[in-house]
Amino acid sequence: MISFSGVFYPTVVMGVLGLVFGALLAFASIKFFVMTDERVSKIREILPGANCGGCGYPGCDGYSDGIVNGGAKTNLCAAGGPSLAEGIARIMGIEGEASVPKMAFLKCKGTPDISVRNARYDGIGDCRSAVIVPSGSPNSCPFGCVGLGTCAKVCSFGAISMAGGLALIDHNICVGCGACVSICPKAVLALVPVSSNIQVICGSKWKGPDVKRVCKAGCIGCGICARTCKAGAITVEGNLARIDPNRCTNCGDCAAKCPVKCIECVVLKDDEEKKIA
Amino acid sequence: MDLLWIFLGSIFVNNIIFARFLGCCPFLGVSTKTETAKGMGVAVIFVLVMAAIMTWIAYYKVLAPLGLEYLYTLSFILIIAALVQFVELVLKKINPVLYKSLGIFLPLITTNCAVLGVSVINMNEGYGLVSSIVNALGSSIGFLLAIVLMAGVREQIDRNTNIPRCLRGLPIGLITAGLMSIAFMGFSGMIK
Repeated sequence: MISFSGVFYPTVVMGVLGLVFGALLAFASIKFFVMTDERVSKIREILPGANCGGCGYPGCDGYSDGIVNGGAKTNLCAAGGPSLAEGIARIMGIEGEASVPKMAFLKCKGTPDISVRNARYDGIGDCRSAVIVPSGSPNSCPFGCVGLGTCAKVCSFGAISMAGGLALIDHNICVGCGACVSICPKAVLALVPVSSNIQVICGSKWKGPDVKRVCKAGCIGCGICARTCKAGAITVEGNLARIDPNRCTNCGDCAAKCPVKCIECVVLKDDEEKKIA
Repeated sequence: MDLLWIFLGSIFVNNIIFARFLGCCPFLGVSTKTETAKGMGVAVIFVLVMAAIMTWIAYYKVLAPLGLEYLYTLSFILIIAALVQFVELVLKKINPVLYKSLGIFLPLITTNCAVLGVSVINMNEGYGLVSSIVNALGSSIGFLLAIVLMAGVREQIDRNTNIPRCLRGLPIGLITAGLMSIAFMGFSGMIK
């Protein structure tokens, strides 16, 4: 049998509870209203949305918030390039700074026929795990590419593939976000300006004879390149040649003289002005 | 002493995930990175304790005097959902830093069965207000423990390429969860 109070009280109690909470939330939404800047969502819309974190902020949401509220620069998004920086600057109503397009670059030539392989690694197939094991890297050069492809896995754009025990970066796809650079346990990847065509393809800081024992194409720190360079862009620091991209004229003399051929002309992007004939 | 046993018991013996199987959705969904797992765990501690207090008041001060105990499920859900929304609004205004760290996790917990489950357990066990809070705190710390352990294991598993392709991701995660649950069964019977 249905009694009046058996239906009435529950209905009233639930109704009142619902009303109270509804009113409370309505009150809170007015009382605790937080102004959000519409520029944040506008910038978020034009960002690539890959959430690669290359700008140093946690994802595109974090970066758009950082620009409006944190005073972040407009040119930090490598994936979007200069056109995006311009777009952000327009939304913010400020003069933008041009961004220098950069790309990931592997500083190692150590394929199995060039650098000595001293161990077979059968553990967890991840560079970060392999480097923990003593001589876990198949590559006997402690500065060289491990070749287990952690960088390829972390690339949001699919620009890295593994070929011949080395990371192969497709420079037509790479946007220079730097995700691979920060995850590589050997720090053998670097972000380099797209305009620099002459690169030292080695990261070994060992002395010449030690390098020779493990790798045929490692920098031995002989300094021939530094003496050859007319622009004075090359210095040898810690047995490793270093090219200053701001002074390098892309002439290619050093590459021709390098005895181990670890300095090479590489065209990172088909940029007509900078292309070497 | 009883409170201590309730606290320890809810963390280890009756671990909310490994023994009671409540809150498995966020346990599997948010346990791929240790950092996010920590965020989720802390947000659960926050919401669970608040919910335990609110539902205890609602049950013993509103529903019981009117003889409407059978409405507990309905009203608990209403209370928890409204509470989380309210806390989110207030946090956004008062403490933006905490809001940012809990931010995305708070709405996720609104309908988490662990929150409702602990409130119902408190009621079924006849806990007083203090015991309820202690049980909620212990349960949520148990959740934090479970999800952080799981995230740590999964971070390692994800690097392993020897896992058969068909088991990668969620399947191996479920197997891991099962094994961890068996490990936690070792605690059963230690506290009555």
